[in-house]
Amino acid sequence: MFAFNVLVAVSLAYVVMLFLVAFLAERRAATGRANWVQSPIIYTLSLSIYCTAWTFYGAVGYAARSGLEFVTIYLGPTLVMIGWWWVLRRLVRIGRTQRITSIADLVSSRFGKSTLLGVIVTLICVVAATPYIALQLQSVTLSFSVFAQNAGETWGRSELNATAGWVAIGLAVFTVLFGTRNLDANERHHGIVMAIAVEAVVKLVALVGVGAFVVWGIAGGAGAMLDRIDASPVDLWDQSGGRWATLIFLSAAAFLCLPRMFQVLVVENADERHLRVATWAFPLYLFLMSLFVVPIAIVGLDLLPAGSNPDLFVLTLPLSEGRDGLAMLSFLGGFSSATSMVIVATIALATMVSNHIVVPLWFRLQNQEGAVMSGDVRQIILLARRLSIAGILALGFLYYRFSGGGTALAAIGLVSFAGAVQILPAMIGGIFWRGATRIGAAFGLVIGLLVWVWTLFLPSFGVDAVISQAVMDAGPFGINWLRPQALFGISGMDPLVHSVMWSMLLNTSTFIIGSLVSFPTPLERLQGAQFVNVLERSAGARAWTTAAAGAEDLLVMAQRILGSDEAQAIFQREVQHQGKVGYLPEVTPEFIERLERELSGSVGAATAHAMIGQIIGGSGVLVEDLIAVADEAAQILEYSNRLEAKSAEQERTARALRDANEKLTALSIQKDAFLSQISHELRTPMTSIRSFSEILGNPDIATDDKSRYAVIIQEEAVRLTRLLDDLLDLSVLENGQVTLQRQTGQMRDLLDRAVRASGVGGENLEIVRDPVSENVTLTTDLDRLGQVFINLIANARKYCAAEKPKLKISVKEKTDVYHIDFVDNGFGISPENQQMIFEKFSRVIDQSRAGGAGLGLAICREIMHRLGGEIGYLPGQYGTAFRVVLPKT
Amino acid sequence: MSGPPKPDIFLERTSYRQRRLRDAARLLPILGMILWAIPLLWPHSEGAENANAAATIYLFGVWVLLILLAAIISHLLRPDDETASDSKDDAV
Repeated sequence: MFAFNVLVAVSLAYVVMLFLVAFLAERRAATGRANWVQSPIIYTLSLSIYCTAWTFYGAVGYAARSGLEFVTIYLGPTLVMIGWWWVLRRLVRIGRTQRITSIADLVSSRFGKSTLLGVIVTLICVVAATPYIALQLQSVTLSFSVFAQNAGETWGRSELNATAGWVAIGLAVFTVLFGTRNLDANERHHGIVMAIAVEAVVKLVALVGVGAFVVWGIAGGAGAMLDRIDASPVDLWDQSGGRWATLIFLSAAAFLCLPRMFQVLVVENADERHLRVATWAFPLYLFLMSLFVVPIAIVGLDLLPAGSNPDLFVLTLPLSEGRDGLAMLSFLGGFSSATSMVIVATIALATMVSNHIVVPLWFRLQNQEGAVMSGDVRQIILLARRLSIAGILALGFLYYRFSGGGTALAAIGLVSFAGAVQILPAMIGGIFWRGATRIGAAFGLVIGLLVWVWTLFLPSFGVDAVISQAVMDAGPFGINWLRPQALFGISGMDPLVHSVMWSMLLNTSTFIIGSLVSFPTPLERLQGAQFVNVLERSAGARAWTTAAAGAEDLLVMAQRILGSDEAQAIFQREVQHQGKVGYLPEVTPEFIERLERELSGSVGAATAHAMIGQIIGGSGVLVEDLIAVADEAAQILEYSNRLEAKSAEQERTARALRDANEKLTALSIQKDAFLSQISHELRTPMTSIRSFSEILGNPDIATDDKSRYAVIIQEEAVRLTRLLDDLLDLSVLENGQVTLQRQTGQMRDLLDRAVRASGVGGENLEIVRDPVSENVTLTTDLDRLGQVFINLIANARKYCAAEKPKLKISVKEKTDVYHIDFVDNGFGISPENQQMIFEKFSRVIDQSRAGGAGLGLAICREIMHRLGGEIGYLPGQYGTAFRVVLPKT
Repeated sequence: MSGPPKPDIFLERTSYRQRRLRDAARLLPILGMILWAIPLLWPHSEGAENANAAATIYLFGVWVLLILLAAIISHLLRPDDETASDSKDDAV
């Protein structure tokens, strides 16, 4: 038997370990290595805050009192999880796209970023959660007292209260430390999530450990356990259908509506795909948590003395069997369940209170003083959160003190659930029905809250505590049909079923009727369309239509909320996105919308909208105008999107057409010029041939002349043939139809052949060469290259006007090309003609000496182009100089 | 060996299967509700030995079944095209 002090020491050590885990996880996340922290398993485990101390201790008590009914509390969430395709997928997507920070933010954001709805939902959540937090404090305190009793001292009321006070303070410190360290733009808390994942494992291990001990250690195996269950005097299956169905509905709805569940399900969700694992893994967790509840309850009832509290069987059973270690583990499990729930619940509630009550209030006060945005908003928000955390825990503690901590755990839990589910109609209606309006939601929520308070919450304090017995029996002021547990005179129902049925019925019908008869504001409609169509990836509706604000004002404001680093990073991203330089982006409607989302991740949609509105000024009117023009905002948007896409497409087509037209015109001009050139070139020889053949037809001419004329005709015919050959060659080259015949050979041989073929000899041209530098091996189309060389040498022969014409051919090897220069000692070519000479039919020097059609250099250029090289005029060489550039490979 | 299947038919079949899987994912919670409501119909005779063990085994058995089905369905469901063809869910 260990001393009570050991227990305290172990709990403290456990808390220190949690601190470390949370700290390390934060560190990892901060350094960007959060992959492991953000895994689907961690996500699933973090959902386990659904299993609070109420589950850990209370489920066994519940089973001991009401049999298998306890399992309904887990069946509901199981159905929600395996039905993720319906609701959760939608919620998570909305949460991500709209930067939702809490369930109050969801409802407020959906219904036109309404501050009023945010306040109502926050109030419901705080009222509903207070008893639940008290319940956690109570169970931790009770478990301490069990050990104290075991160690020989019996705790009185004052010791219990003191313990509860210390636990509350400890939890407040932990939550403030890790829940409000920074104002994250995504409202995610890696450290806390990691810590609760660890706690999830601890409580599962603890409960399964106790269960396994009971089944195999005490009962003697699974078969024996089943016999024992059958033999037990407790009737496990004594269900009225109404209560069974109501409880499953209640737990399913609460799973979605409880602020802490919304926090882990939606807000802390890092990746939508995690749902795919959680859809089966979380039901499995719940299954394991409930598997041993019945055995523990049955064996506890058998073994422990009559009158012992069944809510504490999980602790007292191992203790009575002398298993102190197991009892300690079980204690830590219960401690984990309670602390993780309280931490997440207080964070979620504090976020809601600060974003939806404190900040709007502060904001309004600031406005009245006329001081626009003075002071650091971050500090205000963080302070508000810290105070809210302390306040919520204080409320829970007070509830614990005044309720006396006597009621059965399960009863308190269900009262709390029934309060939280009042948000369900507004939430489900909001994400599935575009017609839902703010007014409908507000009335529905208020009616639901009132009915719940009157029929369940106030009576739960006990008879005569708040509502006197007389009122219970006869109704307030004698109005019979308003009796808290028999509304409209329908008596005899189970109080819980009665309350849930009436509150949901009245809530939902008020919500629907209110929505049907009221008219939504434009912003509501825009938000409604975005929420309902979130899965269709529609383009976001734009609430901001003008950009009157200066980027600098926006930056100043964003810095006050997000901190300067974060804000500057957002602005910098936008600058890059817009393709600008500098620090301030263009204030486009898209940018304002994005910025508002970022801000709403920190302060909630309503506040962010109001803040931006203050700087932009009067956006609401513009939206009104926008929608006044046409009926449905989404329709306009879709239509204009379609128009935009269409007009963009048309513009593209028009541009392409214009380009094509220009090209065609240019081509046609070229073709005309070419044709006229060609006909000119063909006409000259044809004219000579015709006239001389006419003369030949005259019988009087001398034989001498005859043969002379025949020679002329033949020469002209040869010239024509050459011209046509050149044309054909050029056309083949230009169309890319030529196939290159790659061969390997020596540069020197190639030049030798070219010199020979170009008809150089004797006096007409002296060729100067450097045989050593020509000693290179080429792999290319040698015939084509040779054609280029021949052309260049022949040109020199034809056009070089020096007295003693000389052509210097030099070969130089560069890194990946060869330069072959052909330089003669002529007059060179004037700069204005240097570009022209490569064009078709261009001839610089007078026609008579040409003997060609002026296609030679054009062909050379085309050939070199095909060979991957180039040919150009080389200026500054005291003569006509051409450089051929040939790639080595 | 027959030739490779025509890609068109193959794609059609995959997306058809995906759509039916989505239907299955939607129907699973309804199946759960029905199965867990069935014990309410069990005859509950006075004085007879209670159905403790049977009820427990039934409830937990259904639970395991649902977990397995959910795991299988979520494993087969492809998230990639869920948005692309979500609006065409009813198409066959």
